[in-house]
Amino acid sequence: MHRAPTTSAAGLVFRRDLMLAWRRWDEVAQPLIFYVVVTTMFPLATTPDLSQLREISGGVVWVAALLASLLALESLFRSDVEDGTMEQWVLSGQPLGWLLLAKVASHWVLTGLPLVVIAPVVGTALGLPFDAWGTLILSLILGTATLSILGGIGAALTVGVRRGSVLLSLLVLPLAMPLLIFGSRAVGMVMDGDSPAGPLQLLAAIFFLTLSLGPVAMSAAIRISVES
Amino acid sequence: MNLQEFLAMGGYAGYVWTAYGLTAAILVWNWWAARRSEAEQLLSAQRRSAD
Amino acid sequence: MWLWLHKLGSPPHAYRLLGKMAPWFGWPALALILLATWWGLVWAPRDYQQGDAFRILYVHAPSAWMSMFTYVVMAVAAGIGMIWRIKLAHAAAASCAPIGASFTFLALATGSIWGKPMWGTWWVWDARLTSELILLFLYLGYMALRSSFDDPQRADRASAVLAIVGVINVPIIHYSVEWWTTLHQPASVTKLDKPSIALEMLYPLFIMMIGFQLYFGWAISRRLRGEILRRERNAKWLKEGA
Repeated sequence: MHRAPTTSAAGLVFRRDLMLAWRRWDEVAQPLIFYVVVTTMFPLATTPDLSQLREISGGVVWVAALLASLLALESLFRSDVEDGTMEQWVLSGQPLGWLLLAKVASHWVLTGLPLVVIAPVVGTALGLPFDAWGTLILSLILGTATLSILGGIGAALTVGVRRGSVLLSLLVLPLAMPLLIFGSRAVGMVMDGDSPAGPLQLLAAIFFLTLSLGPVAMSAAIRISVES
Repeated sequence: MNLQEFLAMGGYAGYVWTAYGLTAAILVWNWWAARRSEAEQLLSAQRRSAD
Repeated sequence: MWLWLHKLGSPPHAYRLLGKMAPWFGWPALALILLATWWGLVWAPRDYQQGDAFRILYVHAPSAWMSMFTYVVMAVAAGIGMIWRIKLAHAAAASCAPIGASFTFLALATGSIWGKPMWGTWWVWDARLTSELILLFLYLGYMALRSSFDDPQRADRASAVLAIVGVINVPIIHYSVEWWTTLHQPASVTKLDKPSIALEMLYPLFIMMIGFQLYFGWAISRRLRGEILRRERNAKWLKEGA
């Protein structure tokens, strides 16, 4: 039986998801709007004074990014499981991990990437200095990408669970705390004039670890969700 | 150390005794919860075999 | 030997064996814990820095250790259940969770209580306490995931994946939290470390540790028995009398 090469199958999944999302713009925009709304809450809750906000700007930008990403993750696999596509994938003979990774990658392009683009703008509104932009963007790229994979594992475990989004957050947020620590500290360090290399390297290490082991956990989780 | 001194724990009585009390409470809870769930299950299994 | 191990996987066999094992864990545990309590509260000399408050160490440290030990046992049992498809292993993992969560809670509570007289506040964002807090979240997430499924097999396997992902994350979380605390207080001592500790002060700690371990053995035996009953409630061997 002729089986398509995995890369083209994964590529197909990736492109399909992007095209589907193109038709449902509002779903893509929602996490972004949520992000801006949440970051606006912090000055309202604390102080309009930029010099004080600057202290927490790195943290706020990061926390809001994590929450906004999580919001979008709950529906990552839902429609595909519900309409039987996922079952086909499990049976397809293609390595499931790659297909799921392609889904996660397209999800990141649609949610994580826009967040990364908007983050410096939002950060500046909170007093973040321009020279911190590079570190902020790099740390968020690594962080949101890792979170997409971790969230993918969580989403695969909770697909079909009633009110799964709260459970998903409860499962994923503790695992994401190292990302938060290193990411926001990297931004803090560059604002203090220190080199952020240390935490950035740790973020990268966590990303690569998650990238290699994540798909295994995701496919195990999907199989469990689909086979019962 | 007489009993008075022992109970006073050098002025830290509130803290030390609360900590040890909580520990005892948790250990007892685990004991009680395990026993109760086992008894419940046994009872419901026996009930089921009776009919 | 394999036959014995294989028999162990059979619920009625395991049920009986656990019933026999439990008192062998339980009574020594009780004895050692009482001994360690007495030793720690009465015989151990007062610490010159922390006074009698340091005696909280004797319950705080073993709880913290057991909270982490239990999580690892839970993850290993889950792994065994997934790899070799042994339902009893999944049942063991499920039994670990409430025990581990209660140890974690105890570690947090005793740590907080210890903190008040020492540093004046009920909570410090100290590396160990913060790690324990995140560990508590992991336990709660595990239990929440388990209870969200009606199908017991799916509950077992999904929570197994979570436990394994979690156990890989625990060292990462631990390290990142430690790194996070050292940033702001480079010169300070790890807050809940043992005080300049003389050997006489350590004996009750060792005894309490062993006591807690034995207690865990007892608690898991009893809980696992209950768990077996729950899973096997419609099985023949149960109807014919355990």
